[in-house]
This record gives sequence, C-alpha cells and structure tokens, in this order.
Amino acid sequence: MTYITSFIFVGILSLIAQLILDNTKLSAGHITSIFVVIGSFLDTFSIYDKIIQYVGGGALVPITSFGHLLIHGALEKTNQSGVTGILMGMFDLTASGITSAIIFSFIFALIFKPKN
Amino acid sequence: MKQVNYDKIVKKNLPDENKLTNALIAFSVGGLIGAFGNFLIEIYSYLFEISRNDSAVFMIITLIFIACFLTAVGVFDTFVKTGRMGVIIPITGFAHSMQSAILDYKNEGLIYGFGSNIFKLSGSVILYGVVSSYFFALIRFLLGGII
Repeated sequence: MTYITSFIFVGILSLIAQLILDNTKLSAGHITSIFVVIGSFLDTFSIYDKIIQYVGGGALVPITSFGHLLIHGALEKTNQSGVTGILMGMFDLTASGITSAIIFSFIFALIFKPKN
Repeated sequence: MKQVNYDKIVKKNLPDENKLTNALIAFSVGGLIGAFGNFLIEIYSYLFEISRNDSAVFMIITLIFIACFLTAVGVFDTFVKTGRMGVIIPITGFAHSMQSAILDYKNEGLIYGFGSNIFKLSGSVILYGVVSSYFFALIRFLLGGII
C-alpha cells in the first residue's frame, strides 16, 4: 500500500513541477527553491508529519522533505534550548544528506573527468 | 463574434501533446523513484534491524550516491532530458546539481574550481530552505503556547 501512495505522492509533485516548468518562465532552480519553502511551510504546523504517516517512506524522497527536515530539527531543539535551539538544530536532520552529497561529489569529481 | 469566441475556447482547451507527454513522463519517473525510496526503507529496516527513521537516512544517502555516480559517469544528463522534473524533484536532483557543478569547473583547480562552485546550483535550495525554516520556526515557537 505504501508503495502505491509513495508512487502517487512523488509522481504528483513531479507532475506539478513539470507543469510549472512548461507553462511559466520559471526555471528548475526556481521550482526546487519554491518546493523547499512549501515543505518547510507545511511542517510549521506538523502537516507534513501527517503526510509522512499517511504516504509512507515515499514522502521523504522529494525535495519538499528537505525543508521539512530543516524546520523539524530546529523545532525539536527548541524543546531543550529555547529560542536559540532554532539556530542550533537547523541542520540536525539534514546533515547526513548534505555531508554525503559533499563527500560523494568531491570523490567522484577527483576520479572522473567532465564530459564535453 | 460568437464563432471567434468559440475558436478561442477550443484552442485554449485543446491539450498540448508535447506538454501532456512531458507531464506524464515526469509523473511516472518521479513516482518510480518515490516507490524505490520506499522499497529501500523497507529493505534496510528489514536487513539491518533498525528503526524506520534510521533506514530513511540510509535511503537518502543511497539515492544521493546513485545520483552522484551516474552524473559523474555522464548517464544522468540523459535521464534529465527524458525524465524531466521526475528526476529533479526527488533528492537525486539536489545531488545531481552539486555533482555537475563541481565536475564542470574541474579545470580551474581545487580552490577556485571545486571550492567556489560546489554550491553554485544547490546553494539556492539551502539558502531559501534555511531562511524560510528560520522564520517559520520562529512563528511556530512564538505561537507554541497557543497552538
């Protein structure tokens, strides 16, 4: 069941993004930035958590989940440290993704040569 | 006058073949990646006997690894051409933007090539993600006692 909901959720997000790309002047960079902001907005009042509960693992795949993880880590830290927790916990949950992306791309850039 | 209006409405509502196929391709490619991510979470939590939160981290790292590798080999660009936003919206697009940026500027050396350009494309995602999350978190924190 979670496979079907994951397929539909990520598929619909990609469909919306493709429609925006084809019908407006916005570029792919604009759209991904907008989606991150939407993801963090949805988690402001824990709506994204409910989406994850309903959809399953597929909801963590699209870029909206990046915004969700940023604000989620920040809010979790505020429980311990008050308002400064927002600054301390911002990258708590996304650290693994950003760090691995940096490490992998650095190693592969050393090994491989650019095409064209 | 009526005929002209009618023609206008018909033209407006006729589906543009190209855009429609693009959207359907993006839907199916994005959906497949989403289902694959869900599959990875299930299989990691089953194999390593870890919680679903931990296996979600492994899933994201796996997708990033695959995207970085395929970009470095040069296959991912054809995926982007055919799959469109279906491969950009999942986290693979984030990894692809970093890998392609760092690889394109390899000739300019380790500092001004690698260091200056790694966040060239993905920087906007991190910037607007952090700025919006900061203000949304502040709003949520200030409303915390009420809601």
